[in-house]
Amino acid sequence: MCGIVGLFLKNEALRPLLGGWLARMLVEMGDRGPDSAGFAVYRRPAPEGAVKITLFHPDPAFAWAALAEGFAAGLGCRAAAERRGNHAVLTADVDEAAARAWIAAHHPELRVMGFGQRIEVFKDMGGPAAVAERFGLAGMDGTHALGHTRMATESAVTTEHSHPFAVGAELCLVHNGSLSNHNSLRRNLARHGIRFDTDNDSEVAAGYFAHQMQQGASLAEAMEAGLADLDGFYTFAVGTRDGFAVLRDPIACKPAILAETDDWVAMGSEWKAIAPLPGAERATVWEPKPATVYAWGRA
Amino acid sequence: MITVDLDATEVRELNHRLHHLPADTNERLWRVVNPRGKHALLAGLDRPVAVTIEGHVGYYCAGMNQEAEVIIDGHAGVGVAENIMSGTVRVRGNASQAAAASGQGGLVVIEGDASARCGISMKGVDIVVGGSVGHMSAFMAQTGRLVVCGDAGADLGDSLYEAAIYVQGAVAGLGADCEEQPMTDADRAAVADLLARAGLPGDPARFRRYGSARRLYHFHVDHADQY
Repeated sequence: MCGIVGLFLKNEALRPLLGGWLARMLVEMGDRGPDSAGFAVYRRPAPEGAVKITLFHPDPAFAWAALAEGFAAGLGCRAAAERRGNHAVLTADVDEAAARAWIAAHHPELRVMGFGQRIEVFKDMGGPAAVAERFGLAGMDGTHALGHTRMATESAVTTEHSHPFAVGAELCLVHNGSLSNHNSLRRNLARHGIRFDTDNDSEVAAGYFAHQMQQGASLAEAMEAGLADLDGFYTFAVGTRDGFAVLRDPIACKPAILAETDDWVAMGSEWKAIAPLPGAERATVWEPKPATVYAWGRA
Repeated sequence: MITVDLDATEVRELNHRLHHLPADTNERLWRVVNPRGKHALLAGLDRPVAVTIEGHVGYYCAGMNQEAEVIIDGHAGVGVAENIMSGTVRVRGNASQAAAASGQGGLVVIEGDASARCGISMKGVDIVVGGSVGHMSAFMAQTGRLVVCGDAGADLGDSLYEAAIYVQGAVAGLGADCEEQPMTDADRAAVADLLARAGLPGDPARFRRYGSARRLYHFHVDHADQY
């Protein structure tokens, strides 16, 4: 089944409240997916020329400070790691590709959950209330965020198989549904240099959109292209550095509801997820049409 | 008037109270506040009570309704009034997918739009939609009437049996074995009656009728590609 939520703030004054609001939305969707939960938050950007990499290590006592020290020494840069649960956000003034190569070479046990200037990604096994608590979601500020509660149907229940999937820089995706042509798509995308960490179908969709955007497509154009190439059923919510978009498959197998006020745009699998938001009772509410891209961006 | 606040009362408790009303109950007027998209509100009512829900509801609201008159003053989630037997369910906003699915009797009024599969497998219910309906509405509908004041999405009436569909606006496309049929005086009278009962505006003269071409009733090898 799965539950997905998205929140895009139009009013800057609400940024300190983003994480708290997303946590409430996510918990409301707990009945739709108790296996694992996760979220991506677009927060204050890393300094110019620096990158943020969210990393996961299964040992909650992992020595993140020592990792940052070794990383800085190895690459001759400045680096700092901020622990959150069994994840940490490593901020370093270094090229993203070099950073990932160093991590892969020296700490192959680490998983990269997301990377970019603004995005931070946290996900783990367990229900949404526990996962939100574990990572301190309610205290996170930011401009927009996506969340997912998973009822696994397609691949294993692990932290790595949880959503959101962040395959390209700043891009992340949450998915309700399943894809049937993900194996062939994965092979094709791998030939174009897209790297996948799991055998999960939704990760392929994230990689597909990342690849489209690397080729110059806008987020909305990438999703339009997906209508032809992604076979299966889906409601997707996708975040980029400055944007947020929603797409349902052509027969609208999976539910979705959108609501917009002057202050925010919210997406949920059900109205329950949006109802607790301040201002929800005055929002414009509609069900997104099948095969139609809905996108918002910040200039 | 009895008011139930769902911020303070469990859905199960509300439904239990309504299910256990005696047949001759005097508690006939109910108001439900703070529904917040919760599921299965008022499912299985079987007494002639009038219940108004103030706000948006989740899945399967007023499912299996008998005799009760339910008003949802907001939007409704998937499967509102599914399997309705009698009584009336009115949605003042929009309804999600599969509104009035498998309904066997009574009247369902959606004042706004209904999305995909409105009236799927309807078996005698009357449905009046003030706005438009999504794709595959009245899929495998068996009997009953679907009146759409706006437009209809793709594959309207696919694999239809004997239900009648009336659409005032544009139809994006007809499903397998669904055809446009002549509007008779009886059809126009039926539409006028249903619009009046729904309290919705509409000009019966502008509606077109769609029904089953009955080509799928029996297996015919020439139609194999349509099965």
